[in-house]
Order: sequence, then C-alpha cells, then structure tokens
Amino acid sequence: MIQIHNIQKSYNGTVVLDIENLEIPKGQSFGLVGNNGAGKTTLFSLLLDLIKPTKGEIINNNVAVHASEDWKPFTSAFIDDTFLIGYLTPEEYFYFIGELRGWNKADVDAFVAPFVDFFNGEILDGKKYLRDLSKGNAKKAGVVAALIGNPEVVILDEPFANLDPTTQIRLKKIIKKLAEDKNTTVLVSSHDLQHTVEVSDRIVVLEKGKVVKDIVPTTETLKELEAFFSGE
Amino acid sequence: MIKHFLLLEWRSFTRAASLKTNIVLKIFMLLGALYFGLVFLGMGVGAYFLLKEQGLEPLETVNKYLIYYFVVDLAFRFMLQKMPSLAIRPLLPLNIKRNAIVHYVLGKSALSFFNFIHWFFFIPFTIVLIIEGYAPIQSILLLKAVLCLVYANNYFAVLIDKKDIVFYSIVGFFIALFGLQYYGYFDITTFTQPFFQGLYSTYYLFLIPVILLFVLYFYTFRFFKSELYLDESLALKQEVATTENLTFFDQWGKLGTFLKNDIRLIKRNKRARTAVIMSVLFLFYGLYFIMMLKNSPGAGEALMVFAGVFITGGFLFSFGQFVPSWDSSYYPLMMTQNIPYKKYLDSKWWLIAVSTAIMTVLSTFYLYFGVDIYLGILACAVFNIGINSHLVLLGGAYIKTPIDLTSNKNAFGDKKAFNLKAMLISLPKVLLPVLLFLIGKWIYSNELGYLLIALAGISGLVFKNKVFALIEKIYKQEKHAALKAYKQ
Repeated sequence: MIQIHNIQKSYNGTVVLDIENLEIPKGQSFGLVGNNGAGKTTLFSLLLDLIKPTKGEIINNNVAVHASEDWKPFTSAFIDDTFLIGYLTPEEYFYFIGELRGWNKADVDAFVAPFVDFFNGEILDGKKYLRDLSKGNAKKAGVVAALIGNPEVVILDEPFANLDPTTQIRLKKIIKKLAEDKNTTVLVSSHDLQHTVEVSDRIVVLEKGKVVKDIVPTTETLKELEAFFSGE
Repeated sequence: MIKHFLLLEWRSFTRAASLKTNIVLKIFMLLGALYFGLVFLGMGVGAYFLLKEQGLEPLETVNKYLIYYFVVDLAFRFMLQKMPSLAIRPLLPLNIKRNAIVHYVLGKSALSFFNFIHWFFFIPFTIVLIIEGYAPIQSILLLKAVLCLVYANNYFAVLIDKKDIVFYSIVGFFIALFGLQYYGYFDITTFTQPFFQGLYSTYYLFLIPVILLFVLYFYTFRFFKSELYLDESLALKQEVATTENLTFFDQWGKLGTFLKNDIRLIKRNKRARTAVIMSVLFLFYGLYFIMMLKNSPGAGEALMVFAGVFITGGFLFSFGQFVPSWDSSYYPLMMTQNIPYKKYLDSKWWLIAVSTAIMTVLSTFYLYFGVDIYLGILACAVFNIGINSHLVLLGGAYIKTPIDLTSNKNAFGDKKAFNLKAMLISLPKVLLPVLLFLIGKWIYSNELGYLLIALAGISGLVFKNKVFALIEKIYKQEKHAALKAYKQ
C-alpha cells in the first residue's frame, strides 16, 4: 500500500528523518514508536504531503504523494488540532468531512451513532464549538472524523495522548476493529509502548530519524521495547 | 521587577511572528503609522486656522465637539486596541506580587499607540493657541486635562473590554444625541462645551479630569486584581453553540459545502464579523469624497472612481484580501482532505461577488448626487467582480499571514494591526480603474471612461476559468510555504 523510498528530510543541514526503505502492505496495522524528536510526526507529515521531502519519495497506493493529489480520496488523518475547524460544532465538522468524502448527513449520522460510548456524552449536542472543547474531547472528535468515509489509509498521530483511561481503552478497541478490516491500513504513532503493542501487527521504532527496530509483536515485545527505551 | 517585565516585552516584540514576515510590509506599516501621525499633526497645527477661516472661534469649536471626539476614540479603542490580558497568564504562578502584575498590565496599556496619537493633535494645537495669544498657563492646563481624559478613556476601554452591551449602549446613546443635535431638537454640547471651555478658563476645573483619571485607574486596578483568576477575566469566553445545517446551500454540491463553512466562519468569529462591518462602512466612503469635492469641481471624477472601488468592494478588501488566511488555523486539514482547490476558491469568489452585488444595490442612494457618480460606482462594481476579485485571491496566495480568528481572546502578538497592510496592498486594485477612467476621459468623455472600466471587468469574467486555473496553480506552488507560515 505504502512504499517509502530513500526518504530524507533535513532542516538547515540537520537530518531529522532518514529512512532507506519501508513498505507497509495493505491492511496492516502499523505502530510507530519513538521518543520526542525521533521523527514520527515528520514521517506522517511527509506521508500527507504537508512538508516536502529533501530527498526520496513516498508512494501511497501507486500515487506519488508529492506529485499528485490522487491519494487524498482514500487517505485520512488526524495529526493535531490544526485538523479541527474551531468554529464548527462537532456535528457540523463531521458533516463537512462527510460531504467532502461523498457522504450525506444521514450517512454521517449512521456512522457516528455507534461512537456514542466513545464520546461519553461530551461531544454530540454539547452546545460547544470545537475550539471550546477540552484537548481530550477535541481529540475524540478528530479521531472519529478521520474514520468518516471509509478511508483505506488512516493516519493517527498520538491518538492516545490526552485521553482519559476509559477513552484510551475504548479507542484501542476502535483501532483493533479497524485493523481487523483487511482493506484498511492503519498507521498509529504513540509514546505509549503498551497501547502500540496491543493495537499493531507491526512495530517500527524510530530513533533520531532512523528505523532502529522493525518487529512483529509477540508476548516478549513489550519487554524488548522497554529494555530498548530504558537504555539497558 | 520592572527589569524583568521590560525584558519580557522586548523579547515578545522582537520574537513576534509578525515581525519576521515581510520586510516590505513592515515598511508599509511604519509608513502607515507615520501617515496617521502626520495627519493628526497636520490637524493639530491646522485646526486653529481652518476654524478661524470659517469664522468660528477655534477653541470654543474644538471644545464643543470634544465630547464626540472622545466617543469616537472609545469606539476605535474598543474595535482595534489590543487589551492586555492573556499575556499575563504565565506570570500568575510565579513569585510576583499580584499588584505588580496589574500595575504592569495597566501601565503597558498606557503606552499604546492609541494614546500616543492624540499627543500629535493636542500638543501642536496648544502651541498654536499660545502663539496666537491665548493664556499660556491656562492653555497648558487645558492640554493636561485633555490628555488626562485621553488616558481615562484608555482605562475605560480596558474596563469595558468584552462587555459589548455596555459599549454598544454608549455608542448608541451618543449616536442618538448626535442625531437630536443635527436635527436641532436637543444639543448635548451646550452642556459639555462649558465644561471643556472651563478647563481653559478656570484654574481649578482641570483637577476634575486628573482626579477622574486617578479614580478610573484605581477602579480598573481593583477590578483587574479581583478578576485575576483563570476562571474570571482571564477565562476564554465561550459561546453556546448550536448546530446549523444551512441545507439551502446543499443544492450547489461541494461549492455549497464550502459556502456553508464560510458563512459559519463569518458568523462565529469576531475577526471575520469585523471584516463584514468594515465593508458596510466602506459603503459610505464616497460621501466623504463628495463632501470634499463640492468645493473643487473638475478634479472630482477620477477621485470618485477611486472611491467607487471601495464603495462596492468593502468586503472584497476587508475579507477577500485574507483568503486563504481565514482558514490558516486548520490549513493542514484542508490540504489533506479530499478538496478540489478550484471549488474552495470558487466559494470565496462567490462570497465576494455576491457581497459586491449587494453593496451595489445598497449604493443606489448615490443617485441622489447625480447619475454620473452612480455610473462610476456601477462600473467599479463590475470591475470589482471581474478583476479585483481575482486579484485579491491571487494576492492571498502570497500574503500568508496567519489569522487568529478569535482575536477577541487577545492572544499574544498584535495581529490586529494588519488592517493597515491590507489597505496598502490594495493600491494597485484601485489605481487601475482610475487609470482606465482617465484614458477614456482623455479620449472622449466620462462615459467612455466608465465603459472602459466596466469592459475590463467583463473581460475578467469571460476569462474566469483561465484565471482560476492560473490561481489554482499558484496556490499549489505556495502550499508548503503557506503551511509553514501558518504553523506559527
């Protein structure tokens, strides 16, 4: 589904991301972990053509993302609050995204309905604009919006951050369910090793912009990762 | 303590994102500030002689209208002056006495351009008074009293910041008073004029403004101090939201999707609403020129064309100028969604075109001043829709100033100041129709001039698709640069 060829991004001569070759097959649930500054968000921004690579290219479903916009119809993402339109209510925001992806109001309503638990009564009919929601609630709205329109590639940057424990557990279920669908490729980054191990079929560890581990999770994986990050 | 505060100020100034933007714009803004300074200076020096020429007693006349001067000043402050509040949030938990924080904030607001500008008027005016033989000590007392009132106004504006109801009732009250005075029913200035005159003619009345300033400062100080909590004056105002479906627009498909959003953008963001209010004010811009040109016919029509562009193009200048910056806070979303650029731009174009059409209808009252003037306005309206709407979208690709939509939150950084930039960038859009008019007039007549302007507009409409393709290309080229600039 996604091929990353010799991608390099540097700012003023400092290389922040340097990946020789990485291929993410269709339907994979791909977990990306790494410390701050390891290049996780940079990689996702490159995937979405939000920044230009210094070298190399990324192919998303046979579309070179820097050259064509044809990846947009089947790709969706939630990176941070710049993906939210602050002056809309969550409902209006969902309808907006839905309309862009060819869904009408009824489609969106039907899609959002099962997320009532996840929203925990704080998103829908809340009489609040997105800009006035707490960080956690805004994130919930953003993550759900990224799933509207059955995208084939879903990119979520730090989806677990700022969420309360109950919501984290519910979000894990949502991502796992998404991962079961072999048509959807899910890319998730996180600082939380345990969450990532639970939801991913494959974990890639970035350090200083380079891939240092590329593993299929087993029962030993969490220990392995903890050992790696504690530097022992 | 002061040293720390000053250092903070200096850093916030030198590191403000807006300072790093375009150096050319910086120069333009500086020129703009200089311009206003010079205008006030000119008024200060000239007011005395102008009034005298009209056969009026200068000091008495100025005192008569001083009350309205202060109301207008208050209005400008309320709309444009940046009120100090959010910037002090990070200071709260530090080891700084609350009193020091409040004094710092209030002291800082005294240094605002909105106070300083009045010096340019009143000081030269006082100097002229003294030269012309008014009593020096009393003139200086008057100056002192009036400047105290300027600062009192400053603190009053700080007090009523965010209290829209108070502000609009005051302004409404004085507009009503002005109306009553204009039609000769009741003249408030017969009560206020003696007071202002008294500031000059007595040695003691000046104490009232001085005391007023102190009282207001003290009151504002107490008010701020008691509200210096995150859930009170420092809290972000939240509106009760209701979902609006605006299904009317669904008939236009994707274009409708964007139009819906733009309408919500305008309705729900103070900054965008201000742009719309500005555009209505522009409607009356022509009256100023008509009044000015009454005395000097001949040079008039070209200037009326100049005004005509603004009369119907207010929205184009105040809103269109900042496409796509209005969407800057969520530009990454727009750039990753399944969005055809053309539809996105088209929605903005339609907003501009429809608003221009509405303004054209509203501007029919200019017929009162003659068909010639109105023809000019109509020609400019066509030009606005055909040419300027494209130019404005084209310019937007390069402006890249992120807009903080909720500037009622008074976030750090003086982004409100950019209205001025907008005016200055607009110049070519205004000069082109004036040039076309002059050519037409030179060849044959005024009417040919208007025809040329309108034809230029129509040709813009004919080539709309071609022009849009070009604009789209430029927006795509500028995409990454814009994303980077908006990230600030």
